[in-house]
Amino acid sequence: MTYDLTFAKEVYENSEEGHWIKMCMQCGVCAGSCPMGFLGAWTHSPRQLFQMVRAGLRDEVLSSTDMWMCTSCYNCIVRCPRNLPITHIIHGLARYASVQGKADPKQSTHHFAKDIFWENIVATGRVGEAALTMKLYFKDGIGEGIKQGLEMKDSALGMLKAKRLKPLPFRGKIKGYPGFKAMLKKAFELENQKEGKA
Amino acid sequence: MKEYSFFPGCSSEHNASAANLETSVQSMCRMLDIKLNEIDDWNCCSASIGYAGGGVIPRLALSARNFALSKQQQGDRDLVATCAACWLSMRETSERLAHEPEVKEKVNIALKEGGLSYEGGIKTRHLVEVLIEDIGWDTLKGKVTKPLTGLKVAGYVGCQTNRPFGVAGDSFENPQYLDRMIELTGATAIPYAKKVACCGGALMFSEQEKSCQLTREIIQCAVDGGADCIVTPCPVCQLNLEVYQGKINQLFGTSFKIPVLYYSQLMVLSWGGSWNDAALHQQVVQPDVLKRFV
Amino acid sequence: MEKKIGCYICTGCGIGDALDVKALGNIATKEQKIPVVKNHEFLCGTEGIAMIRKDLTDEGVNALVIAGCSHRVKNEEFRLGIAQMDRVDLRDKCLWVLDVPEGDDTAEEDRQMMAEDYIRIGCVKVKKMNDPNPYEASTPFSKVVLVVGGGIAGLTAALEVARTGYQAILVEKGETLGGQVAKMHKVSPARAPYNKLEENPLPMLLAEVKGNKNIRIMNNTVVQKTVGAPGLFDVTLNHNGTAAVERVGSIIVATGFQAYDPGKLDKKLGYGSSPDVITSMEFEEMAKAGKIVRKSDGKPAKRVAFSLCAGQRDTSHLEYCSGACCVYSLKQALYVIENHPDASAYLIYQEVRTPGQMEDFYRKVQNEGGIFIKGDVNKVTSGSSGLTLEVNDKLLRQGVTMEVDLLVLATGMETTMDTTDPNSASPVGKQVDELPGSILNLQYRQGPGLPSLKNNFPDSHFICFPYETRRTGIYVAGPARRPMGIAATCTDAAGAALKAIQVVESVARGAAVHPRAGDLSFPSFREEGCTQCKRCTEECPFGAINEDEKGNPLFNPTRCRRCGTCMGACPQKIISFANYSVDMIGSMLKEMEIPEADDEKPRILVFACENDAIPALDMVGRSHAGALSPYIRIIPLRCMGSMSLVWIADAMASGYDGVLLMGCRHGTDYQCHNVRGSALAEIRLSKVSETLDRLQLESSRVKMVEVNIMDAETLPQVINGFVAEISALDPNPYKGF
Ligand code: SF4
Ligand code: SF4
Ligand code: SF4
Ligand code: SF4
Ligand code: SF4
Ligand code: SF4
Repeated sequence: MTYDLTFAKEVYENSEEGHWIKMCMQCGVCAGSCPMGFLGAWTHSPRQLFQMVRAGLRDEVLSSTDMWMCTSCYNCIVRCPRNLPITHIIHGLARYASVQGKADPKQSTHHFAKDIFWENIVATGRVGEAALTMKLYFKDGIGEGIKQGLEMKDSALGMLKAKRLKPLPFRGKIKGYPGFKAMLKKAFELENQKEGKA
Repeated sequence: MKEYSFFPGCSSEHNASAANLETSVQSMCRMLDIKLNEIDDWNCCSASIGYAGGGVIPRLALSARNFALSKQQQGDRDLVATCAACWLSMRETSERLAHEPEVKEKVNIALKEGGLSYEGGIKTRHLVEVLIEDIGWDTLKGKVTKPLTGLKVAGYVGCQTNRPFGVAGDSFENPQYLDRMIELTGATAIPYAKKVACCGGALMFSEQEKSCQLTREIIQCAVDGGADCIVTPCPVCQLNLEVYQGKINQLFGTSFKIPVLYYSQLMVLSWGGSWNDAALHQQVVQPDVLKRFV
Repeated sequence: MEKKIGCYICTGCGIGDALDVKALGNIATKEQKIPVVKNHEFLCGTEGIAMIRKDLTDEGVNALVIAGCSHRVKNEEFRLGIAQMDRVDLRDKCLWVLDVPEGDDTAEEDRQMMAEDYIRIGCVKVKKMNDPNPYEASTPFSKVVLVVGGGIAGLTAALEVARTGYQAILVEKGETLGGQVAKMHKVSPARAPYNKLEENPLPMLLAEVKGNKNIRIMNNTVVQKTVGAPGLFDVTLNHNGTAAVERVGSIIVATGFQAYDPGKLDKKLGYGSSPDVITSMEFEEMAKAGKIVRKSDGKPAKRVAFSLCAGQRDTSHLEYCSGACCVYSLKQALYVIENHPDASAYLIYQEVRTPGQMEDFYRKVQNEGGIFIKGDVNKVTSGSSGLTLEVNDKLLRQGVTMEVDLLVLATGMETTMDTTDPNSASPVGKQVDELPGSILNLQYRQGPGLPSLKNNFPDSHFICFPYETRRTGIYVAGPARRPMGIAATCTDAAGAALKAIQVVESVARGAAVHPRAGDLSFPSFREEGCTQCKRCTEECPFGAINEDEKGNPLFNPTRCRRCGTCMGACPQKIISFANYSVDMIGSMLKEMEIPEADDEKPRILVFACENDAIPALDMVGRSHAGALSPYIRIIPLRCMGSMSLVWIADAMASGYDGVLLMGCRHGTDYQCHNVRGSALAEIRLSKVSETLDRLQLESSRVKMVEVNIMDAETLPQVINGFVAEISALDPNPYKGF
């Protein structure tokens, strides 16, 4: 039934800054401030997502691509008259959808941010931009990768020429990598307890 | 000499996308007698999209590790970042550690696995804040020996240097500091509407077309306003506006070819630094319009 | 005592540099024959004031023309105990608004001419003034305050009056005191941090009222009739069938609200279809009894929906917002939530209106888990498991259904006042059918009720005088005046109490209340000239004038606000004040010098209302809004309502090329401080074309504009635009006659 609070409570407890959602007064300032809204990139603005959470529309919210459209511009956050940390709530919902297995693994931002970018960090401790770029291009297979690579080749060459791209996509690990790795392992243990999938 | 702990961030590494920022920042600091002491063995801050893979605790642990190292190596020295995303991640981390005891506890449990701990105490600052608050406008202006007279610049502040924390208490909707920096070099800061608009940030990788739509509007607006070049403090903005111009032209049939520089490059040049000191040789769109000032 | 005028010209603030002060002095001395004329370089300074004071004592000066700055500044300095005084404004409305480039002789000459004219009219004005004699009645003034209505508003008002040391009579028509609040369980927060329900304040208030010696409580009492005027009201109070007359000084009406009849609501809200659809008041009683249950079967009600705006803001029911129902619904939602840990309170709203601190309370209810749905209840059906609501959810943009145990309709408030249509010419007040009989039953020429503008709420100039009504000395507090909640009602009652005290004190001194607070003059008429045309008795915005058996006006000076509307209305020009008259303004305008047509210096007379237009003009110079034409001559009027058509004829016959009238906005959103003054002036003006036709002049020579106190920015355009229009016409052919 609509406005059954089960899902809302789930989000309030488990999703980053999710408890703030109940404080939204649906004024629409966030919707009117979001650059992605002007592009029509989302179907539901932040405030609509929040109302959907409160209305208990679990599937609609968690399988939505809307929160993956956030550019982290923080426009909404500084304008919200109710001081909701909107950007973080949106990020939290995205993460929660991902953890709950509801987010499409092929959704481009989801895939890039989680499987490419984060893994890239975890691999060495720092981002290797060239490796990142390569992975990004080849995420949809070799053919697509070459096509995209060719499209961007002028940029890449320009960057190389300007000495702003490493010619070889490999980088070494940071010195304290074992400790770094152990830290993240523990952090995930703690995180998973909270996210309810220990 | 003023000394700071320094977190350069991944994009400022050698041969990385913001190497020109790093080079010009180092020149600038040399000229101001500032010493930036890089944290040894720092790790990535996970920028604005760390949430997807890192949730809360792992993501915050990344910056916490850097704080812990800084503390170990440099005590309570202020930690300076040049990249908007790094600065934001570090600040967010320090605020959450300060205000959410539970988060702090968990982060420390994780840090312990790597033999570290962090109880807080380090102030995170953007280099721009250091310039404004510690060096001061008068000194910055006093350094100018080759004023960039006649150069029309669109100061592009973008998002993350500006929101949610803001630089030196400036306005979110119409911050003034960048225009002021431009003007002190002798150049003219043009008024235009997209000063704090979003360039798409990290979504340039995953939602390229949409991000290009955003950057296109920003560039268009600057060009319409008569700008000779765009100047920004943020490496993500710089990259998105400069390197993707070709892509934008291809997508929208435009023919943009406008240099996109860092404030630090402008300053170094106006203070009499060389083309290479200002890292102007590291641009993808060649800043020929600046040649007359060397 | 013979009048001896002293004219003092200040040369400070740049006046001495810009103007030929000697010439100004000569105007006063030679032309106006003022016996004492002096200059001072800093007139408002200690030395300047001392100079004037010395002349008052040593030279026998007893009337003053102070030429310097606007009468709106330096008031304290020039308060010298002299009633016959005028402040000639050479600075704010002359120096500061004229553009005189260096070396521009013509501009300099124009400025000098303006200053000289202003000196002339200042002198004439004071010559035409008399000392006012404060009004004294033949019977003693009372300072007792009558409070009608024994609910929270009346109790608070009476207590505030009593605490200030005045006597109050508190009249309640019912058996017990307490009104609607007596039925309430708890109340919304009235103190920081504004997020907790508070205990009903009534018991404490009642105890205090009952224990206060200054308050006389009369239960089972109604007001049968009210005659008289502030300070002199004779009120017939009927207590259980026995009538007695009480003299009181002022009256506070606090009769509260009447809840909108839920039976009249749209069927889709389901009232009457199930016992589980109830009103907020019914729910309040349930909560007070500690039984939040389904009326149908007595089972506990854990799922309660509140339908806000149940009839309010709906043109077919109550078109206005009731102001308090959002907050009391939030309060009731908290009852539900605090009653059961797993309860659900749904608030189905249009907009949540929680002004001021109540925003914190709104947040509290959100934080406690109140469920907010923006939309309308479209259908209610009842079944064994409760009510099923169909709601069009405007946020989700879809229809939703929900099952609840109770549906509470937050109905709106209507006033309990009887009011009179202010715009009807009918002398008898229009009674509102559904409302009980007249509350005060005023024996006024203009009807038994208080005038209202809309929705039967008593009307006043709500921006400047929110507690007012259009009957001096009668104040309405609480939801009888406009819908409001408890906290606002208490503030309102305190405000009304202060006004009620203010009026009895002013009246006792013979002084006016706002907007001309302290004015000791009052209108009088020359009976021989009266034609019993009744213009004055009909037009007085405050119902101050009754009629005697012969149809002559019968002034009630203590009801009067000194607006002069009666004076402007009288076709016989026989109404006047000691310090304001048709003759005074007429003489002033005739005294100014009108250049020959050949000089190409037109003259535009500006009548400006002292309440808004004059302050706006003062701000033109201050805000650097732009220069004004040097051809204008400003005469302040106390209200446009006092504008007499004869002045227009006089102005035309004297050779002015145009007349501009600047009054306050009139109509539904009027800003006229005397409510109807500017509207009446406009009506009078519609007849001016006859005069102009008779003189064979274009009707475009006279124009009335609405000026708001904030209009300084646009005034130069308005004034100079009119001057340009007039300059495009031929000069007034009557010049030089
Ligand atoms: S701006 Fe804040 S309060 Fe307004 S709709 Fe968005 S989240 Fe809700
Ligand atoms: S931070 Fe994200 S949700 Fe907020 S305005 Fe920017 S893009 Fe939209
Ligand atoms: S304020 Fe008025 S009285 Fe005082 S010096 Fe100025 S013009 Fe004269
Ligand atoms: S206060 Fe709220 S419920 Fe009452 S009429 Fe106004 S908007 Fe409607
Ligand atoms: S019209 Fe004005 S001045 Fe005349 S009696 Fe009425 S209130 Fe008094
Ligand atoms: S308006 Fe003048 S003439 Fe008419 S009734 Fe009044 S006093 Fe008499």
